[in-house]
Amino acid sequence: MKPDELRSLAQKEAEARKSYRYRINVCCSSGCMPFGALKVLSAFKDAVKEFGVEGECYVARTGCIGTCSIAPAVLIEPGDYLYQNVTPDRAKEIVKEHIVNGRPVKSMLYGNEAYFKKQLRIVLRNAGKIDPLRIEDYIAVGGYYALLKALTRMTPEGVIEEVALSGLKGRGGAGFLTGLKWRYVARATGSPKYVIANLDEGDPGVFANRTLAEADPHAIIEGMAIAAYAVGASKGYIYVRSEYPLAVETLKKAIEAARSMGLLGEKIFETAFSFDIELRLGAGAFVAGEETAILASIEGRRAMPRPRPPYPAQSGLWGKPTLINNVETLANIPVILLKGSEWFASIGAKNCTGTKCFSLTGKVNNPGLIEVPMGITLREVVFEIGGGVPPGRRFKAVQVGGPSGGFLPEQLLDLPIDYESLTKAGAIMGSGGIVVLDDTSCMVDTAKFFTEFCVDESCGKCVPCRVGLYKLYKILDGFTRGEGSLEDLQKVEELCEFIKEASLCGLGQTAPNPTLTTLRYFRDEYVAHILEKKCSAGKCFKNGGGVGGE
Amino acid sequence: MAEVWEASKMIELTIDGKKVTAKEGDTILKVARENNIYIPALCYLEGVSSFGGCRVCLVEIKGSPRVFASCVTPVAEGMEIITNSERLKRYRKWAVELLLSERPHVCSVCVANGSCELQQLATDLGVDHLRVEREWTNYELDLTHERFAYDPNRCILCTRCIRICDEIEGVHTIDLMLRGKNSKVIFDLNDKWGFAESCTSCGKCSAVCPVGALYVKGKPHSESKRKELASFVTSRRSEKTIG
Ligand SMILES: Cc1cc2nc3c(=O)[nH]c(=O)nc-3n(C[C@H](O)[C@H](O)[C@H](O)COP(=O)(O)O)c2cc1C
Ligand code: SF4
Ligand code: SF4
Ligand code: SF4
Ligand code: FES
Ligand code: FES
Repeated sequence: MKPDELRSLAQKEAEARKSYRYRINVCCSSGCMPFGALKVLSAFKDAVKEFGVEGECYVARTGCIGTCSIAPAVLIEPGDYLYQNVTPDRAKEIVKEHIVNGRPVKSMLYGNEAYFKKQLRIVLRNAGKIDPLRIEDYIAVGGYYALLKALTRMTPEGVIEEVALSGLKGRGGAGFLTGLKWRYVARATGSPKYVIANLDEGDPGVFANRTLAEADPHAIIEGMAIAAYAVGASKGYIYVRSEYPLAVETLKKAIEAARSMGLLGEKIFETAFSFDIELRLGAGAFVAGEETAILASIEGRRAMPRPRPPYPAQSGLWGKPTLINNVETLANIPVILLKGSEWFASIGAKNCTGTKCFSLTGKVNNPGLIEVPMGITLREVVFEIGGGVPPGRRFKAVQVGGPSGGFLPEQLLDLPIDYESLTKAGAIMGSGGIVVLDDTSCMVDTAKFFTEFCVDESCGKCVPCRVGLYKLYKILDGFTRGEGSLEDLQKVEELCEFIKEASLCGLGQTAPNPTLTTLRYFRDEYVAHILEKKCSAGKCFKNGGGVGGE
Repeated sequence: MAEVWEASKMIELTIDGKKVTAKEGDTILKVARENNIYIPALCYLEGVSSFGGCRVCLVEIKGSPRVFASCVTPVAEGMEIITNSERLKRYRKWAVELLLSERPHVCSVCVANGSCELQQLATDLGVDHLRVEREWTNYELDLTHERFAYDPNRCILCTRCIRICDEIEGVHTIDLMLRGKNSKVIFDLNDKWGFAESCTSCGKCSAVCPVGALYVKGKPHSESKRKELASFVTSRRSEKTIG
């Protein structure tokens, strides 16, 4: 594709988009699909024909709108009218009233403004508003312009500088400065170089990366291509878990579409830059998302982490310099290049710029996929966006950071969400899970549950994680069955310290967080279990002994 | 050429306050041993690649709050390494205790009693009781090989056998199956050892097994151990350096 061709295609598509008075976006992503989204989609298509408004009303199949709790969700532009729980019958009525008569159907609208008020969509800028399977849709909203800009008007070093100035940090968990990482890979000697997009997302209940890929795959592809240009790579891999069939399908088609338009392949935009992407499917282990395990897996070996150094930037795939970024990190890149690092740096908190996507789940009234500016408080997320805990229940704790994230109590709700504050409080950013617990949860039982998850997911290479976590699980399990003494609490703390400090990779290093934070903030529950055999939530001592019970 | 030159660049550092010179790229453990400074190690095996799994060889490096496995961490100019703090002792003790408790390591009825590296470490580190419960795994003994025996109940998953069979004998008969605490050392595609066609019966694996998991039948454990090993590892290494 020539630069001019991108411009004229974008113009043509944008005009086509404008020629419709209405656009009906029907979410057909993983959350809405099981609730009959495809039937709703065809009902809308039939209805616009039936009422003779096909000429002014475009029906689009889109990715996640972010309100998966009201599935199937439908968004009508202009005006961003969001309809909830749409059925084929309701689709017909919506077309009749909203489109034909110009009267939005109030009773079917999702009336929850608070859910969107504090959100800011940068990564998910196109989610729910474009058809992920039409590359033209992406181009119509400015897609691949950032790549064009990078290739034709910026040097690789210039791109890196822009990303560095934006302050963007890796969204895959550890929060490493993206610009700095790119610089390491750019400076490393060895060729070819590789770029890997990490879409393993092994955390249970977290679906932010999946949603992104299903809703806006080209944002990831464009981000990868720009990264490749910046670091001097010619080949890229997207490492995606095989349990995400729709994401895999979407990405596969998007890669093909980009290739057929010449946006991937040889001499992109008639420059000297060539780049292509291959999909690699992961086998589903949580630890396979760790970067050195991904390297092993792509090379065809067992997905086991290895010690660093050497870092992948020096010696990655087949010993060559390799850049590994999370897909959310990469999806930020096109916007940063187009709008500038200064703009990006003005969003979020001082040392933590931009936004973060979270899967908000658990005991909240409005679960879903949210994107919020960094620095927002947990209270705003849980109570304003999430709408608080269900009626009649009391908030107890919020877990940030996936299975190895810590649990934070009510008194820490005003904590701002940024890497530093979370780590200090014993939680982690992780890859984007926020789980809300109310008073029906027992903290001892919860710590045990997440420890068990990590026991199952440990690769088994190092002793603290493989054996230590299992012993920790056994002790916690004892507490929930009325065994153990107060001295055991100290033993638990010592064991946790050993696991955290001495484990080889991030899995073991973070796995004690649920136990350590519940011990720190909810110690009285442990004491009650041990001394009084009492579980205030009524979860424990089910098999005889103890007080409590539901 | 450049690589060769870089690999042999000499640097200075201190270990426990003692100034030493070392080849850049060498691991902390190797440099310490060359200078007669003892750092305990278990999964490490000279002559094959390092694994970094047992975490017994941990050291501290001044300026970092973390601990590092010395068998996989390369030295760097000006590093100040501490090999024996209270904290390191605490961690090493945990590592050994956890290994002892992971499977039924009842030394008194083990072939390796008296010549076991895990047992020796436990004594050195003052492990006199276990703070966590023992696990009584019940894996089947594999006595099908005419010369060797394999008792998974004693295996500490150090992967020495896997590495030596792959990297020195060059046949890769042994590997790991499953993950986490269910990991198990297996032969070929989980065959019985006696039926593992790729095995050349060289005996290297049993010679380097630090515990009583692999052993030579009918021979005192102590005698089947690393005496011959030193010779084949060194010969292989000199081949490597020359080639
Ligand atoms: C156990 C474990 C699991 C991980 N899983 C993921 C994952 O699913 N997705 C991801 O992007 N990063 C994951 N990471 C982090 C990666 O190792 C790596 O830091 C990240 O992909 C780097 O990208 P970033 O700099 O853009 O954040 C995981 C790390 C650990 C220790
Ligand atoms: S910390 Fe756990 S997952 Fe990571 S290398 Fe060690 S055993 Fe494997
Ligand atoms: S005897 Fe030799 S070939 Fe057979 S498994 Fe052991 S090391 Fe491998
Ligand atoms: S069999 Fe022996 S050498 Fe092999 S992993 Fe087990 S303990 Fe290590
Ligand atoms: S999947 Fe449809 S709104 Fe999220
Ligand atoms: S000897 Fe270094 S980790 Fe085992």
